[in-house]
Amino acid sequence: MPLIEVRDLKTYFYTEDGVVRAVDGVDFTIEPEKTLGVVGESGCGKTVAALSVMGLIQTPPGRIETGEILYHRDGKVTDLTGLNPKGREYRSIRGNEIAMIFQEPMTSLNPVYTIGNQIMEAIILHQHLKKKEARKKAIEMLYAVGIPVPEQRVDEYPHQLSGGMRQRAMIAMALSCNPSLLIADEPTTALDVTIEAQVLDLMNGLRENFNTAIQFITHDLGVIAQMADDVVIMYLGKIVERATASEIFHNTKHPYTQGLMNSIPSLATTKKERLIPIKGVVPDPFEVPEGCGFEPRCPQAMEICKTKIPPLKEVASCHLAACWLYE
Amino acid sequence: MSSYNILLDVKNLKKYFPVRKGVLRRVVAHVKAVDDIDMYIKEGETLGLVGESGCGKTTTGRTILRLIEPTAGEVRFRSKKLAGQGEEYKEVDVATASRKTLKALRRDMQVIFQDPYSSLNPRMTVGAIVGEPLLVHRVAKGRERENRVRELLGAVGLKPDHMKRYPHEFSGGQRQRIGVARALALDPQLIIADEPVSALDVSIQAQVLNMLEDLQEEFSLTYLFIAHDLSVVKHISDRVAVMYLGKIVELCKTEELFTNPKHPYTEALMSAVPVPDPDYNVERILLEGDVPSPVNPPSGCYFHPRCRYAKDTCKTEAPVYRDLGNEHFATCHFADSLSLRPVRTG
Repeated sequence: MPLIEVRDLKTYFYTEDGVVRAVDGVDFTIEPEKTLGVVGESGCGKTVAALSVMGLIQTPPGRIETGEILYHRDGKVTDLTGLNPKGREYRSIRGNEIAMIFQEPMTSLNPVYTIGNQIMEAIILHQHLKKKEARKKAIEMLYAVGIPVPEQRVDEYPHQLSGGMRQRAMIAMALSCNPSLLIADEPTTALDVTIEAQVLDLMNGLRENFNTAIQFITHDLGVIAQMADDVVIMYLGKIVERATASEIFHNTKHPYTQGLMNSIPSLATTKKERLIPIKGVVPDPFEVPEGCGFEPRCPQAMEICKTKIPPLKEVASCHLAACWLYE
Repeated sequence: MSSYNILLDVKNLKKYFPVRKGVLRRVVAHVKAVDDIDMYIKEGETLGLVGESGCGKTTTGRTILRLIEPTAGEVRFRSKKLAGQGEEYKEVDVATASRKTLKALRRDMQVIFQDPYSSLNPRMTVGAIVGEPLLVHRVAKGRERENRVRELLGAVGLKPDHMKRYPHEFSGGQRQRIGVARALALDPQLIIADEPVSALDVSIQAQVLNMLEDLQEEFSLTYLFIAHDLSVVKHISDRVAVMYLGKIVELCKTEELFTNPKHPYTEALMSAVPVPDPDYNVERILLEGDVPSPVNPPSGCYFHPRCRYAKDTCKTEAPVYRDLGNEHFATCHFADSLSLRPVRTG
C-alpha cells in the first residue's frame, strides 16, 4: 500500500502574462519508509509538485486544476486536493504527518525566536504536550540530529548557528512530530560538500529510526544516487522518466535524462573528456512546445515529437518513460 | 623553471580584514582571509582553486587582481601589453603597481563573476556592456567598436542582434556568456573566473564549460578557475590548489591530486562529493564539525580539530607549505608518510 498516490496532478498559475502550467499532469507514488527522488532543473515544477502535496499553493495566482493526491493512513484514504488548505483537517496533517524542509535554512527559520521555541511550537500544537515536556522533546530532537550540547543550543537564535546546524535544526523541527512523510526541497544545495555529506548521512540514519518516507527534491544527480530508492525526472511540468534509482542510472531511457548524465563532469573519469551538453535552453513557460516539451533540444527528435505529446509508459520492468523512441 | 613560462607568480600573499568593535571602532582582531599563500600559474594553463565557503578563494582572486588591496605579498605578472620594444614581456608586481600601471594591467587581467544577474548593469544594453572596456581603455570606438562587439558576441555563441537587448531579456547561461564576452573584449592574457558556472543549471553549466575550454584554445588564455565544485574543477583544470581557512593546503597536477592526495582535507573533500551511481557503496570520510572561524583559527595546523590523522604535533606546530617533489605542494606534517584514499576511478 503506497503512502501517497498522486494522480494526474495539474497545478497552474494564472499570471498577468498568461497561464504557467507549472505541474502539468503528473503521476507518482511514494511508498512508506522509502525515498522518492525528484530531479529536474530550475522551473521544471518539482517544488510546485511538493507544495501541492503540502497544500501550500498560494491561491490566487496558483490553483490545483485537476488530479488527486491520495494520502493513505490507518486504512483510510484521503484526497488532499479535496480538503480546504486552511481547514482544520489539512492543518492537522501539515507539519504533523507530512512535514517539509526547505533549501535555505536561514530564511525558513524565524530570526526572532529561539530554535527551541520554534521546535516546541509544532510539538505543542500537534502533540498537545505541556511546555516543559515539549522543551524536553525539543532537546531530544536536537540531540537526535547530532547538534552538540542541545541543552544550550535550544535557547539560541538561528543566527548563532552555522548553515549546517540550521539545516539540522530544521530537520529536528520537521521530524519532531514523527511524520510519515518528510518533503525535503533541495535541503543540501546551500551547504558545503563536507557539511552536505554530514546532513545526507544524518537523513539516511533518521529515515531508518523514524520510519519516515522522504520526497527528496534536488537537481544533483549525485545526491539522488546516494539517497533515493525511486526516481522521478521532471521537465517542463511533466514527468519524463520514472524508475528505480538503479534503473535510472544504469538503464537510462529518456534523452533528457541521458543529456543530464552527460552534462555532469565526473570525478571518476581519468581522462579529460569533453562534456556533452544539452543544446539550447529550457523553453519559456508561456511558449511551451506543442508536442514533446523536450523536442526542440532533443538530439533524437522525430517528426511525431513536434506535434504529439508522448505518454508516460512502461519501457522496461518498473521503468516508465515519456518518449516516442520507445513506441 | 625554464621549460615553461610562468605568467603569474604569487608570493606570500596576505589579506587580513580588520574586525572593529566598540564606539572607537578599535581593531580587536583580524580575519585572515588569505594567509600567506604561494602559487604560480603557467602560461596557457588552467589552475583550479577549490575550497568551501569562507576559505578565502574569492578574496584570493580579487586580491590578485587588486580589486582588494593586499595586506602583504607579491603578485608578479608578465604583461605582454606593457612590454617595451624588443621585449617579449614586462614583469610587474601587481600588488605595488601605480594607478597608471594598474589601469594598463587591467587589459591583461580580466575577471568573470559568479552571479550573472548582479554583474551586468540592467540599464545598459549588451552592446554597451561588452563594448565598455573598449571605450575605457580607448582601444576602439564608433564603427570599429561595434564590429569588435559583434565579433565578441559571436565568439561566445550569441547573435550580433543581441547587442541592442538588455540583460533581463537573457537566461542565466546567456548572461554568463555576456560576462565572458566583456572579459574577452581587451584580449587579456589571464582571466580569473570566480565560480562562473555555479549559478547555472547542469545542462547549461556544461555548455559554458565547453565554451570556456574552446575560448582558452582560440585566444590562448590562462585561467584561474575558482569553484567549490570538485567535479567541475577536476574537469577544467590542469593543476588544482585546495584552500582551507585562508591557506593552500595542497597544490599539484589534477591527475596527481585525485589519484595521490597528500593532505587529509583533500581526501575528505573528495570523499564527500556525491557520486552519481547508486551502487557506489564505499564508506565516506565524514568530517566532524564545521569550518572554524577565520577570526580565531585553531592553534597549530588549522585543520587538526577535524583531521582524523591528527597527532600532538599538529596541535602546536603549524605545518609549512612545502614541495614534495614533482610540483606537488602540501601543508601537512605527515604528507610523506600518510597513505590517503584517492578518488574512485573507473
